[in-house]
Amino acid sequence: MSSVEDKVWAALEHLTDPEIPVVTLRELGILRDVRETADGLEVVITPTYSGCPAMGQIEDDIRASLEEAGIPARVVTQLAPAWTTDWMSEEAKEKLRAYGIAPPHTTPKDVSVVNFVRRAPKSEPVVCPQCGSTNTVVSSQFGSTACKALYKCLDCQEPFDYFKPY
Amino acid sequence: MSKAPVDYLLQLADNAVVLGQRNAEWCGHGPILEEDIALANVSLDLIGQARLLYQLAAARIGGDATEDKLAYFRDPAEFRNYTLVELPNHGALVGYAAADMDYATTIVRNFLYSALMALQWEALANSADEELAAIAAKSLKETRYHLHHAADWVVRFGDGTEESHRRAQAALDHLYRYTEEFWTPSATEDAAVAAGVAVDVRSLRAGWDALLAETLADATLVRPEVRGYVPEGKHGLHSEHLSYLLGEMQSLARAHPGATW
Repeated sequence: MSSVEDKVWAALEHLTDPEIPVVTLRELGILRDVRETADGLEVVITPTYSGCPAMGQIEDDIRASLEEAGIPARVVTQLAPAWTTDWMSEEAKEKLRAYGIAPPHTTPKDVSVVNFVRRAPKSEPVVCPQCGSTNTVVSSQFGSTACKALYKCLDCQEPFDYFKPY
Repeated sequence: MSKAPVDYLLQLADNAVVLGQRNAEWCGHGPILEEDIALANVSLDLIGQARLLYQLAAARIGGDATEDKLAYFRDPAEFRNYTLVELPNHGALVGYAAADMDYATTIVRNFLYSALMALQWEALANSADEELAAIAAKSLKETRYHLHHAADWVVRFGDGTEESHRRAQAALDHLYRYTEEFWTPSATEDAAVAAGVAVDVRSLRAGWDALLAETLADATLVRPEVRGYVPEGKHGLHSEHLSYLLGEMQSLARAHPGATW
């Protein structure tokens, strides 16, 4: 990796998700790549959910940081391969847990649509980030943002967010 | 690279934006707070999907086409969405009758539509049109959760109280006939299949039937018979409801063209 690319990574390392300020864009997998092209430097980002309102803010934050560091680079959006929660680092998942959000399970592989909607097979339990209990129940499949579901712990009685596998 | 016809992209985008706008009517009016938030999130996903598709369509049209022009400056007859997604959030009315919004109607519609689109996106994720395939792969992840959410509530309503069962069955009786439009390909859809970028929608019907059969059985709901009526929304022949919906959605952009936040 050339030093100019390192400089870009370093300039953007501190940027966090506007909704979840404990994890960085890089840890979440939103900040995807920095590359030199014929037209100059490119910072590649990928949207999480199609309609995530934080994406505009994230792009603005990246532009502002690049400008502050005096680095001329373009921000480009790349859709494929589609962002997945599996790209989250273990450190990021631990930070989510400490922040009170249950981290996502690994996305199930090769599950057809027909099987996905079946309610029967009980998947691994979502662990309460407050007390560690597995005695939890979903209260709503959409929480404070599209990427999270709302759960309740039946032991400590605390509600909490679960970052859904995507 | 094979490219999907622009009209095909617009049909996908129009469905998403119109249903997104319909579902958003619950924002601040949801039956419970959690559902208010859930429907707003489903709407955000749908509008996000529509934006990606309009952006791709605008790039292919070229010239001064933009996503905003496609969403805000086309008239109802130019929209290619299914009639199903433009219908109001309540049952059929006669004359000047008015009705309150009915959550069962919203849920049953989301169930019928997301069951189709989950299968459709799954197929389009393998499209020879790589840009469309990228959008489909993202949309699939989101639509699965929409389907999960809607199916869950179809069962709760259907297998719930006498009143919730009655309303869920009434919503299904009202909306089901509109799904006939899914299975009657338009010239645009035929062209997309011929170009090798889409699957024949009729090949998805067995999977859709299986999804419905399972959920409706759990919900103790009965699938109504269809009697041959095929809506023609994707040909631009809409119900009166689309004009009112677009009138509201497009008014700001048309009153202040080119305005930015």
